[in-house]
Amino acid sequence: MEWSRILTQVLGELVAPTTAAYALAAIGLNLHFGYTGLLNMGQAGFMLLGAYGFAIASMHGASVVVALLVAIACGAVFAAVLGIPTLKLRGDYLAIVTISAAEIIRMVGRSTMFDDWTGGSSGLRGDQYTAGFQALSPLPDGRTTIGPLTYLNNGFDSWWLRLVAWGVVALAVVFVLLVTRSPWGRVLKGIREDEDAVRALGKNVFAYKMQALVLGGVMGALAGVLYTLPRSVQPDGMGRSMTFFVWTVLLLGGAATLFGPVLGSMLFFALYMLLRAGMRVALPDGFVSATQIEQIGGMLVGVTLMALVIFRPQGILGNRKELAFDVR
Amino acid sequence: MSAEMSSPTTAVEAAAAAAADPASAEAVQVARDLTFVEPRVGVAKPDAVLVVDGVQRRFGGMTAVDVDHLEVQRGAITALIGPNGAGKTTLFNLLTGFDTPNQGSWTFDGRSLAGRSGAAVARAGMVRTFQLTKALSRLTVLQNMLLATPRHPGERLGLSWLPFLWRAREREATEKALEILARFKLDAKKDDFAGALSGGQRKLLEMARALMTDPTVIMLDEPMAGVNPALVQSLLGHVQALRDEGMTVVFVEHDMHAVRHISDWVVVMAEGRIVAEGPPGTVMQDQAVVDAYLGAHHDTDLGDDALLDPAVLARLEAEATGRQSAPETDHQEEQR
Repeated sequence: MEWSRILTQVLGELVAPTTAAYALAAIGLNLHFGYTGLLNMGQAGFMLLGAYGFAIASMHGASVVVALLVAIACGAVFAAVLGIPTLKLRGDYLAIVTISAAEIIRMVGRSTMFDDWTGGSSGLRGDQYTAGFQALSPLPDGRTTIGPLTYLNNGFDSWWLRLVAWGVVALAVVFVLLVTRSPWGRVLKGIREDEDAVRALGKNVFAYKMQALVLGGVMGALAGVLYTLPRSVQPDGMGRSMTFFVWTVLLLGGAATLFGPVLGSMLFFALYMLLRAGMRVALPDGFVSATQIEQIGGMLVGVTLMALVIFRPQGILGNRKELAFDVR
Repeated sequence: MSAEMSSPTTAVEAAAAAAADPASAEAVQVARDLTFVEPRVGVAKPDAVLVVDGVQRRFGGMTAVDVDHLEVQRGAITALIGPNGAGKTTLFNLLTGFDTPNQGSWTFDGRSLAGRSGAAVARAGMVRTFQLTKALSRLTVLQNMLLATPRHPGERLGLSWLPFLWRAREREATEKALEILARFKLDAKKDDFAGALSGGQRKLLEMARALMTDPTVIMLDEPMAGVNPALVQSLLGHVQALRDEGMTVVFVEHDMHAVRHISDWVVVMAEGRIVAEGPPGTVMQDQAVVDAYLGAHHDTDLGDDALLDPAVLARLEAEATGRQSAPETDHQEEQR
């Protein structure tokens, strides 16, 4: 009985809006790292900024479409601000700048300075900004059960949100499919391999890197919106560990693969849930406390990331042969 | 020249013609043009495609490049030689926009290129290769080639996701790429990752890729470095074929046999300056160049069995000790 409940929880994780949000963030990171070779260590910053943009715009009377445009603009401007000084330099500089910029966004968000806008460290409550989105639902009120999963049709953690979230992920996958199979994507891959060689062939490397950074950043911002729609905007919940979760998702599925981020996200959250729920059931009472289980789970994520990079750097869907030529 | 030496119509024919007879019609024409040019540093050429004026590059207190005036003849193969650290590659980097000089100007086809980016220089028609080959490893050979296609609409983000807008251009580029690959005998490898190619094949690929941009001037940085002798012959043939198609070739090289074999004009650099220029025969006989930069026995093969003969060794040693005093003081004065 206990185990069937756990399996249902795991199945729920596979379709959860949070899983979709991470998949979208990883798709954006895949454009950065997988295809262009940009080391963005601050994807959570893009997500947090997108979430703030959407939530604050909604709270001040903007429609859902306008609020989404604000989120997109936040991601794009953030990418441009980070990219202009760093994209002409070597890759490591972008990594340093993004990780600190993401922290700056979080610190500014949680400070009392902009309390009226961001709600400080307690953040913004979900019901303050999700009403407009929930009102758009065409679904009838009530509950729907599909297989073992039962959710409300409308509301916070609803089927409507799941439909929209996975719809956005599907659109992003199709978009990435189209652009990475195009000559534009070929230039990105060339830049990943050796940007001087691409420059010597007459391509404006800076412009391509900037385009990739902005596109991936906008996807990160939208992922932030998806992530905060079923909960609240909590700056401390969207810090460095979130960035590393996104990296784990990407590397698990396989960087520079089309479905890697989606598969990685589903697998990651399903296993993460199985691990924590399984520990709660399997370990005898009083052996570990509930908070310790969370901490052990986090540690295991770190170990997984390390093992992945060492033993299967190409991820699940990646091509080992391709990686063998990495000269850097 | 005989009547059948008509100008080659295709790249393959040009390569074949070059292989069959090093003195092709174009080579003869260029040689004739350069016959009347005085072998003097900074001399004007009859038809200069690249003119360099007062280019200086300093790294701290060290002046890496200090070129007063240099002209490169259109349609000729110009070799840039000199000892390690002479500033050859730095000059290449400056001219192709990969480094910025402290002062100086240069024009390409009459347009100034000073201050332009590497990409802009390549788009203007002056494309370069690198000393350390830059094959894009995780792209296939064909993708490497297609990447170099100039003015490809599919490379613009706004159009990239609408394949019907750029499919025709892509097909055209693929045809051209396959033709060039066939000429470099890489067509069988077109679907292999470039990282799987041998060192020599990567050199060929880099040269082939540069050709995709339809350059006016192609700048090769040590194209023969690390390539086995058998492949050097074929590389030399390819370089000559480029000239026979009307391209201007500038190349840096250490292999003196290669330089003498194919170049129409040789520029010698040392300590950042141009110390001599002229046709290969003349320059290599220039005593200063031979002594200081090529070594008195640059023609002697170090693996030559004759060196094992004690008599020969003794003579060489005597020569070396005898020469040590006089030329060295000369050299030091020159530095001041």
